[in-house]
Amino acid sequence: MTAPGFWPACAMIAAIVLTSTTGEVLTAAAMKSIGDLDEIRARAGMKGAIRAVITCPLFFAGVFFLALSFFSLLFALNHMNLSLVAPASASLTLVTNAVAGKIFLKENVDRRRWASAVLVCIGVYLLAH
Amino acid sequence: MADHKLTARQYGILGLVAISAPLGDAFLSRGMAKLPAISLAHPGTLIAAVFTPWVALGIVLLIGYFASYLTALSWADLTFVLPATAFGYVIVALLAHFWLGDAISIERWAGILLITMGVGSVANGPSLTERPAPVAAPEELEVEEEQVR
Repeated sequence: MTAPGFWPACAMIAAIVLTSTTGEVLTAAAMKSIGDLDEIRARAGMKGAIRAVITCPLFFAGVFFLALSFFSLLFALNHMNLSLVAPASASLTLVTNAVAGKIFLKENVDRRRWASAVLVCIGVYLLAH
Repeated sequence: MADHKLTARQYGILGLVAISAPLGDAFLSRGMAKLPAISLAHPGTLIAAVFTPWVALGIVLLIGYFASYLTALSWADLTFVLPATAFGYVIVALLAHFWLGDAISIERWAGILLITMGVGSVANGPSLTERPAPVAAPEELEVEEEQVR
């Protein structure tokens, strides 16, 4: 495996992070629009819960971007080592999700959540590197 | 932000999300590493790999992960679920250390400590952003008042 240059490596990791963040945000928005799955299952059974999920277009948009992220990861792993790709993409995704959650999902990302995202981000990098 | 506390069952679902994803990945990795190199010229061997025990078990765990992850997102914020379930990385590292005898460097212990602090911090906070209740239209309010009378 010949290592790619700095910018191609950054582009591959950015592709994973961006597609993963988009997928997570769309999936989260879909699940919020559907409502509490535990309550739906109690009311309409497992079939009702599955129907609620698979009839939501946002859910499929999220899955599409998560699939894109998976293939971006496979492509990056074909050019770079797992020990670089996994910690870099996993830790950066935590921070981009916090930003995207605040902007697009209007979640209340308070100081506690920012601190947690940053602690876990550095922790994942140290653990997986 | 209102104090949305989770039930024991909801903590159980978060635990499933945390454990099933890294374990599923580990099983997939173990299963694929045992197979001979697969080339794109023979894609059929990739499909056959799905039915080997370790890969099949990994896929079952990842399906379980996705189902519990979707359930968690239906009652908690994305910015709560992601850090709260990162504890799975710690569990896998500790399992690898105590079960498989993998060495854990000082950097990894530092990583475990930071993740534990991050998870502990977010898990003690509210799980869901409080949304203001939608304001009812004046006609609806009048109907409700009529019903009360």
